[in-house]
Amino acid sequence: MSIAAATPPNSYRTGPDEHGRFGIFGGRFVAETLMPLILEVEAAYNAAKIDPKFAQEMDYYRTHYIGRPSPLYFAERLSRELGGAKIYMKRDELNHTGSHKINNCMGQILLAKRMGKTRIIAETGAGQHGVATATVCALFNLPCTVYMGATDIARQQPNVFRMKLLGAEVIPVHSGTATLKDAMNEALRDWVANVENTFYIIGTAAGPHPYPSMVRDFQSIIGVEAKAQMLEAEGRLPDTLVACIGGGSNAIGLFHPFLDDRDVEIIGVEAGGDGVETGRHAASLTGGRPGVLHGNRTYLLQDDDGQIIDAHSISAGLDYPGIGPEHSWLHEMKRVKYVSATDLEALDAFQMLAKVEGIIPALEPAHALAYVQKLAPTRPKDNIIIMNLCGRGDKDIFAVAERLGTKL
Amino acid sequence: MSTRIERRFAELKVAKRGGLVVFVTAGDPTYEVSRDIILSLPNAGADVIEIGMPFTDPMADGPAIQASSLRALKNGQNMPKTLNLVREFRAKDQNTPIVLMGYYNPIYSYGVDKFLKDANAAGVDGLIVVDLPPEEDSELCLPALKAGLNFIRLATPTTDDKRLPTVLNNTSGFVYYVSIMGITGTRAASDVDITAAVGRLKRHTDLPIAVGFGISTPERAAAVAKVADAAVVGSAVVNKIAAEIGADGKPGPRAAQAALDLVKSLAAGVRAARV
Ligand SMILES: Cc1ncc(COP(=O)(O)O)c(C=O)c1O
Repeated sequence: MSIAAATPPNSYRTGPDEHGRFGIFGGRFVAETLMPLILEVEAAYNAAKIDPKFAQEMDYYRTHYIGRPSPLYFAERLSRELGGAKIYMKRDELNHTGSHKINNCMGQILLAKRMGKTRIIAETGAGQHGVATATVCALFNLPCTVYMGATDIARQQPNVFRMKLLGAEVIPVHSGTATLKDAMNEALRDWVANVENTFYIIGTAAGPHPYPSMVRDFQSIIGVEAKAQMLEAEGRLPDTLVACIGGGSNAIGLFHPFLDDRDVEIIGVEAGGDGVETGRHAASLTGGRPGVLHGNRTYLLQDDDGQIIDAHSISAGLDYPGIGPEHSWLHEMKRVKYVSATDLEALDAFQMLAKVEGIIPALEPAHALAYVQKLAPTRPKDNIIIMNLCGRGDKDIFAVAERLGTKL
Repeated sequence: MSTRIERRFAELKVAKRGGLVVFVTAGDPTYEVSRDIILSLPNAGADVIEIGMPFTDPMADGPAIQASSLRALKNGQNMPKTLNLVREFRAKDQNTPIVLMGYYNPIYSYGVDKFLKDANAAGVDGLIVVDLPPEEDSELCLPALKAGLNFIRLATPTTDDKRLPTVLNNTSGFVYYVSIMGITGTRAASDVDITAAVGRLKRHTDLPIAVGFGISTPERAAAVAKVADAAVVGSAVVNKIAAEIGADGKPGPRAAQAALDLVKSLAAGVRAARV
């Protein structure tokens, strides 16, 4: 690993290989029942990728339904208050449904339709992916079943109601910790039983190949737009990118188009929960080691016996013991730096942004913001940071109020 | 040199009957009760024993086997203890094949080379690893075959004729046919479907075919053993153990016996199937 890091590849953007690997990470670790379908998804996606009609369809719905491009907003007051670098925010929280998740759901449902699938399933943590999936299912008139941990259902009530309004069936998952990883187990179990008619819309850049690269490709619109918008606004590339990491889809979407711009520093912020040193966190890269779960090899929170350890985060969307395999590779290649922010830091950042910029961020990007708050003051005034503001905080106000001791 | 699994299926062929493969989770509900059950399984009529290596996230298993894994883990089961269970069994029984079944991460975490060496030394005969399809053969399948262990693959209703050769390649010992699309302990397949599937597999391989998923009664086991080389029963046995666990979470005195009684009746069913 240290040798690989010492000799950087010609490009960081060529992965995965034909086995779905980024270095040793990724792969297709699934039960045989799913394997034929996984191969079918891969073939269908490869065909769609080079079909101009698919690209046209994506463009159409991005523009007219999602509302892209999202603005790249110069947070002038925040930059001034922090007294250092210029902070730009990629406003994916302004997308229809309130987060970046819809970028991916739109791509996957168009693929599911091409494949003739008639039923959609999904897992969700914060409920943002569930809402985005339920939304595209309503749009295209496909039945939708969303698996959601019982713990998350309790702390993300508004999104549960939203999904139901959109016509989805929300199935509470009580097994394990009743959070995102268990919802994903349950969705995989459903898929195994219904492979013939069902398409599984995975919500982050993880899972068996081709999901990690497919989700990345659908989310890369974030980075593609940001790059063009930055060149237009400042006539140059940013110095630093910052994004939060649950499974890593919003982050890889912003990062990927910049990976070969070697002067751009890239930072992923994992959820530090009570603090990485307490063991109660969701920082797979900082506090985990490589293992195999949910179809891919990647960094995982696990004990000495290879049993998966529960993740902990105030943010349901980051509360996952793994991370997308491409991030594990970028970590080992040292192309991207991974840090963490705690629950308390994220809560502070959440409240701060509301007051300073009039934007209530989701708790997930509040983690990225918490790191930006530390970083920006250490940088000169001509430095430029882009932060991915990948979701809005409406869904979190109940959970935050509770943490702050406010009764709504 | 033949393996214990090969010898056992050869004996079954001579005896002109289908075999009974019994699955239990290592350390469920406790190491001691689990050892009592496993040591008694050959006498109760199990021809092959599958021992589940517990994992927190068994994504191809239903609630019964997931719960059994979590019970075992809660009571301190881990990979060294699972291998020790096999060692204790092997000291008493030289003939009954032991197949370890589970998911890749606990093996990967233990270290593949060390695992193969220790499993061999403990007396393990074969491996079934649910989340290692042929596409990932270099991870464990090829090293396991090299180490002299059988690597038993799952074939499923979704494995079509085009894919079947890929699945059968590098499979040894026997083929495990998953008779339904779905997870363990849920639906059951029809006799017509099972007969057709076994016939299809037999056209592609000379390996014995064991059929599992959804078999819970002596009648079902008998029906399957009529057309296949063996019937696999897992969730039903595990459910018998679960039913004996008290409100305090501790196993009652009948936990082992309840499981073994079911195995005896399953064995009687299998033995009567082809007369
Ligand atoms: C707004 C928002 N950001 C981030 C995430 C985390 O996912 P990812 O790391 O895949 O972007 C979620 C997940 O629910 C989310 O809702």
